[in-house]
Amino acid sequence: MSVDTATVKKVASLARIAIDDAAAERLVPELNNILGWIEQLGEVDTQGVEPMTAVIPNTLRLREDVVTDGGIRDAVLANAPAAEHGFFTVPKVIE
Amino acid sequence: MSALTDLGIREIRDGVRAGTFSAREVAEAFNAAVAAAKPLNAFLVETPDHALAAADAADGARAAGEALGPLAGVPIGMKDLFCTKGVTSTAASHILEGFTPPYESTVSQKLWDAGAGMLGKLNMDQFAMGSSNETSAFGNVISPWRRSDGGNAALAPGGSSGGSSAAVAARIAPGATGTDTGGSIRQPAAFTGISGIKPTYGRCSRWGVIAFASSLDQAGPMARDVRDCAIMLETMAGFDAKDATSLDLPVPQWESMLDAGLKGKRVGVPKEYRVDGMPAEIEALWQQGIAWMKDAGAEVVEVSLPHTKYALPAYYIIAPAEASSNLARYDGVRYGQRDLPDGANLQQMYAATRAAGFGDEVKRRILIGTYVLSAGFYDAYYTQAQKVRTLIARDFAAVWEKCDVLLTPTAPSAAFALGEKQADPLAMYLNDVFTVPASLAGLPAMSVPGGLDAAGLPLGLQIIGKPLDEQGVLNAALAIEERAGFAARPEAWW
Amino acid sequence: MTVMQPSDTYRIKGATGDWEVVIGLEVHAQVTSNAKLFSGAATAFGAEPNTQVSLVDAAMPGMLPVPNRECIRQAVRTGMAIDAQINKWSRFDRKNYFYADLPQGYQISQLYHPLVGEGSIEIEDGETVKTIGVERIHVEQDAGKLMHDQHPTRSYVDLNRSGVALMEIVSRPDMRSPAEAGAYLRKLRAILRYVGSCDGNMEEGSMRADVNVSVRKPGEEFGTRTETKNVNSVRFVMAAIEHEASRQVDVLEAGGKIVQETRLFNPDTGTTRSMRSKEDAHDYRYFPDPDLLPLELDDAFLAECRASLPELPDAKRQRYEGLGITPYNADVLTAEVETARWFDALLEAGVAPVAASNWVTGELFGALNRIGKGIEESPVTPGQAAELLALVADGTLSGSLAKQVFEVMLETGEAPGRIVEERGLKQTSDTGAIEAVIAEVLAKNPNQLEQYRAGKEALFGFFVGQTMKAMGGKANPQVVNELLKKALAS
Ligand SMILES: [Mg+2]
Ligand SMILES: [Zn+2]
Repeated sequence: MSVDTATVKKVASLARIAIDDAAAERLVPELNNILGWIEQLGEVDTQGVEPMTAVIPNTLRLREDVVTDGGIRDAVLANAPAAEHGFFTVPKVIE
Repeated sequence: MSALTDLGIREIRDGVRAGTFSAREVAEAFNAAVAAAKPLNAFLVETPDHALAAADAADGARAAGEALGPLAGVPIGMKDLFCTKGVTSTAASHILEGFTPPYESTVSQKLWDAGAGMLGKLNMDQFAMGSSNETSAFGNVISPWRRSDGGNAALAPGGSSGGSSAAVAARIAPGATGTDTGGSIRQPAAFTGISGIKPTYGRCSRWGVIAFASSLDQAGPMARDVRDCAIMLETMAGFDAKDATSLDLPVPQWESMLDAGLKGKRVGVPKEYRVDGMPAEIEALWQQGIAWMKDAGAEVVEVSLPHTKYALPAYYIIAPAEASSNLARYDGVRYGQRDLPDGANLQQMYAATRAAGFGDEVKRRILIGTYVLSAGFYDAYYTQAQKVRTLIARDFAAVWEKCDVLLTPTAPSAAFALGEKQADPLAMYLNDVFTVPASLAGLPAMSVPGGLDAAGLPLGLQIIGKPLDEQGVLNAALAIEERAGFAARPEAWW
Repeated sequence: MTVMQPSDTYRIKGATGDWEVVIGLEVHAQVTSNAKLFSGAATAFGAEPNTQVSLVDAAMPGMLPVPNRECIRQAVRTGMAIDAQINKWSRFDRKNYFYADLPQGYQISQLYHPLVGEGSIEIEDGETVKTIGVERIHVEQDAGKLMHDQHPTRSYVDLNRSGVALMEIVSRPDMRSPAEAGAYLRKLRAILRYVGSCDGNMEEGSMRADVNVSVRKPGEEFGTRTETKNVNSVRFVMAAIEHEASRQVDVLEAGGKIVQETRLFNPDTGTTRSMRSKEDAHDYRYFPDPDLLPLELDDAFLAECRASLPELPDAKRQRYEGLGITPYNADVLTAEVETARWFDALLEAGVAPVAASNWVTGELFGALNRIGKGIEESPVTPGQAAELLALVADGTLSGSLAKQVFEVMLETGEAPGRIVEERGLKQTSDTGAIEAVIAEVLAKNPNQLEQYRAGKEALFGFFVGQTMKAMGGKANPQVVNELLKKALAS
């Protein structure tokens, strides 16, 4: 599988990274080089092999249902590029 | 320069305890060394006051006859991947420029609680993606090492923990934190002639560490020798309920259990690590390492890890996939930089913010990660990579029937010059060929200096251990350290 | 175009013939819990913006999720309540997309291995019972809230809801009419409220439905569906289906094609429209969340979940019917968990089930309706009601006296016994007293007595009325009847 300019643009759009045509074209051989190399994995016979879920045997711990957090609006908003009236703000969204 | 900066962690700790010198004197000496080492560009933020405050607390406690913490009076450098309360934390990316966490990572908090002080935040590859420290948004870290040919080529300190390796090697910090996703502690340690250990996945909490690839990221210490690593790791490790992947196990007393005698131990040498085009010097060092292991009483056995070849491509699917998702939160809404072109809507703001904020390598990996997870490709790439990862872990599990630790080179070459490999991302990725397999299997692994190459640059040997057997790794590394007698250090040119 | 009832043959009459509607519902139900699914922030409704937000919910760098046991437990109990497969091994996946209400840039959800698998819910439509398949229930995070009308050029982001636990309950496309969809939603809501895993409060957004609708000619393959997002009342769901199905028929009959898309329902106009903001979000790049390990449940955990399940609506209704209660009353008494709880308390106090069911569905509901209160705020407790019904059963109160006493109970909240005592409302069965009054009545009405004895037996009711009146309504009517017959015969 190799990518073309249109695919690179589509992937960049999915990843929300603006790229211009020149950048997309530059990325095509770069990504194909990497992807071509990655594809050697296809050689490996993985029939009946479970995908890795936990590298070191361990099980998911569950928390108790207790309120231990929140009430820190100032800290939550402290680094926001734009905030007002206790909200983060973004360009108006039309749903 | 004051001899105090020549001291390692253990010497500082013991000296402060004994009253040989004050913690403040140590902090002042290192603060001065940091301030004088700007050409290395190892520090993104200097925090001399933090170091002094911790030192004063240590001196005060000693004067009052109170018990001293295990790292009382030891100033360290903190990789900028760790969020530190009130001190900007950027992962060396523009997108987080100015971000001041209102929280402290678990690992850094443990270090402060143990009495350590912070000299500053260390430069690194952006979001820990890189092997040469050339992807930092705030300039390359320059290795303190230079080739003995008299040339002044600026060398890579390795990456991604390149600020950490440079600072420790240059004696401007006695120890530093690193993080290792595919080799980011071990490879820079090897490049700069210091020691560094990546513990078993889950030993150190990931809470408050800016994520690169969650299933691989592990914090660990970088220091001048094995013992200093053991001391630091004891403080950094430990169960944390805030990290669901944290191991709920007691932290062993690694320092007091150090033992360089390897009688009765079997050291495996994996034949698949003998890769094409490996420089003769690396091969020679490896053979030397084998001889040292035998000298220490170990039996050396050749073993096979048949899927080794596939570790790197699997890694370059899994890590970018996780990263593409982990880095989705950098969108210019809640923190960091926002780029809002005139008339842009929300989605355009995201795209502009992320285009301006992320460096090229970060973008490259996000794109690869996005691609391999996208509709139609997920199974062929991601699922297949996770299956290969299972096979790699099985390879290791099978090998532990035959040996206790593995010995390999850490990196396929000594430090290269900055700019030398930047044009070819793939050539750069190949740097991690020896370190990535242990990362994929979550195993403890360490790099320890073994010698110098013909150009006078350090080379490292890697010890890989069984799950949770950091002690076995540290002990084997100590055996090498004692025999290598590695005393070379970069001459200060900065 | 006209819409035909009843629902089992619900068809849309188009120009080209009849169309069948195929409906599947994805219900998002907020899990009842104190804290969020992956953080310790509170879940309470209506707090000031961003005050119930932890650093995890705001997706600060390096923050990590740790799951809340209670949320898992409630989802498991819900699965058990619909007889579903409970998966002892499940895991969380990330659903990746960019939106201002989604701080992480992904939602932690479950795609590949959900906590709960196949189950089913029975709905009734008149005499017929229909089984609606439930494909799965998975646990996931809610998003934050965007406000678009606070500022001319900006939207405001409130993350209070961000990270609240949801169960997504995904039905099979088994419904064929708006009425069936309505019945399914009401039944599901009842089950959730019985189980206590969701408060079912649709106004506060605790329960909302994504409505998948397609149309087809009967017997043909499924058509392309649209998904109308976040519809927040049973009525709106039914209206959205009706509108969306008609729209699709119009499009198809005009030679057009249905686009698989996300739509929004406008309650003011009763119509749906395409949702612009989600246009290109179809590649979610799901993969297992590497911050979390697989969720493995042990037998003890599952046993506790099962043991803690209450009697559910269907079982309860059957039990009530077994007590002789009419199917209609049993249905009414089990529809809402509060009613059922109230009635069960009444039964526990030892009342006769049938009389009690009639009294609750008649007297009590009528009174509550009149004073505009729900049964959970009834001024009369089940204990007091039981006492009242006991006073009727043992003859202390007649039906009409009981009504009087109940009115006082509603107003004052006092116990019936005390009301009877204080106001002297006790019914008398004292034969001596009644006989004396009867003698008086007969003496006062010689003409009627004569006519009665001459064969005009209809006058019996007259004597009963006179006797009761003379006793202020407190005589036991049965005793009056008996004694009167005796007196008149002598
Ligand atoms: Mg949906
Ligand atoms: Zn959902």
